Amino acid sequence: MATAFDNPVKQRNEKGEGTAPVVVVENVRKSFGRHTVLNGISLSVGRGETLAVLGRSGTGKSVLLRLIIGLEKPDSGSVRIHGQDIAGLALDQLGEIRKKMGFLFQHAALYDSLTVEENVAFPLQHHRGDMSKSERADCVNHLLAEVGMEGNLEKMPSDISGGMQKRVGLARALALDPEILLLDEPTAGLDPISSAEIGELILKLQRERQMASVVVTHNLHSAKTIANRLAILNEGDVVIEGTYEDLQHSEIAFVKEFLTLS
Amino acid sequence: MSNLGSTAVVGIDPASPERRAVGISSAAGFASGLMNGFFEWFGSLGIFSWQVLKAGVTPPYEGRELLRQLDEVGSKSLPLVALAGAAIGVVISLEARYSLSRFGAKSMFPATLVYSVIQVMGPVITGLVVSGRVGAGIGAELASMKVTEQIDAIEASAINPYRFLAATRILACILMLPLLTLAADACGLLTGWFAQALVEPLSFHQFIQSGFHGATFNSFLPPTFKTAVYGLIIGLIACFQGMRTTGGAAGVGRAATNSVVLASLFLILADVVLVKFILVVFP
Repeated sequence: MATAFDNPVKQRNEKGEGTAPVVVVENVRKSFGRHTVLNGISLSVGRGETLAVLGRSGTGKSVLLRLIIGLEKPDSGSVRIHGQDIAGLALDQLGEIRKKMGFLFQHAALYDSLTVEENVAFPLQHHRGDMSKSERADCVNHLLAEVGMEGNLEKMPSDISGGMQKRVGLARALALDPEILLLDEPTAGLDPISSAEIGELILKLQRERQMASVVVTHNLHSAKTIANRLAILNEGDVVIEGTYEDLQHSEIAFVKEFLTLS
Repeated sequence: MSNLGSTAVVGIDPASPERRAVGISSAAGFASGLMNGFFEWFGSLGIFSWQVLKAGVTPPYEGRELLRQLDEVGSKSLPLVALAGAAIGVVISLEARYSLSRFGAKSMFPATLVYSVIQVMGPVITGLVVSGRVGAGIGAELASMKVTEQIDAIEASAINPYRFLAATRILACILMLPLLTLAADACGLLTGWFAQALVEPLSFHQFIQSGFHGATFNSFLPPTFKTAVYGLIIGLIACFQGMRTTGGAAGVGRAATNSVVLASLFLILADVVLVKFILVVFP
């Protein structure tokens, strides 16, 4: 029977082989005012692994992602990326680590004054000065084709649907060929068909790019599809962490209720 | 039952020590909250200014974004600033002619118009107009980006938002305000001369010679370049208000309004200090 995570340093992949973790969250606490969102949680993700983080609304799932990318700082504990604790880093130092990470926001957070093409090209313009204009354009076209958004280069974010915005957001997150991919509710607000398409897309990208991924979702079906491991948060703690089969065999009442109602 | 009206508390005399204590405590709490808010705002502004300064002086420099902002702040504000300057020129011309005629000092008209526009009205009017147009624009734009997580997305893309968003806008305001002021001054002098020439023939050449007679660079350059400080105030406050916004659409509206109000207020207060400074340093 799976228990809450108890080995923060090493994780096993599906074959049981040891892989050094790329992302390590260790004993992290985070509060906003008097409200404690995360109460000393520990998780880690290795290269080529996808960890899905589930839980009720307001349990700190998105806060966890923001801690990993450094948009929030933990009150205590550490967040280590490739062994480096990011909590104490200055903005420009943190930027060097963020170049290896891609983040898909819940509502895509596209720059609304830029076209689809300009949105995806934005990180490349800033960090790939070695690329010529035509190389950059080719790269953008390739990224948009990967997510099924070719032919929409000149459109503005307000001209495309929520699902299409998510795809463009995903293309932008992949622009710098990240080693770590963070996805905040990638299927939230989408119809079942679009949700399934996004899920398939993420799975395909995972197989091709072998990134360490953390997906926050409350869509259990989507989590089962794209993740190697699942972790369920409740009241600031990791209640359980393991494969879907581990969750199904769990005797923890909250887990049973969560699976039943999902 | 008390017959002292709806504000009376049953069983407690309004003049009693207990009620006075409650009133004093409420007033003290309100004042304390106000002071806390005052110091919190200035403290946060100080921290924000330091972050922007650090980011602005370290590479990589956002040259392309700076050029875009120079266009946004400068070229796009020019028509409005020119119009405001022209209007001020006419107003001063009309008022000055009337006042100077009463004291038999019509010959002082060119110098009065020139000094009034260039030393006082041109800089202040330019600052207030730009504060309204640019300050509100920057405040609303950045606030909208903040509430839709676009600023977080910029930061997550390993781009320093203090450098990319704030430093570029603030520097654009600092560089463009003196140039816009020159434009406002030019339009003000032109329309002021024209308004006078309609009533009493006065060639432009005569007007300029007479108006600038005895003037030195010290008379006109400091008042023009003090507007760089206005630009700093407008850019800094608008960026600060925008980037700390919370509260959705209502927050965006508050940010835009507060940007204009606070920038205008600080601009006027700064003018008081700067005028005295200029009079001392450039006598």
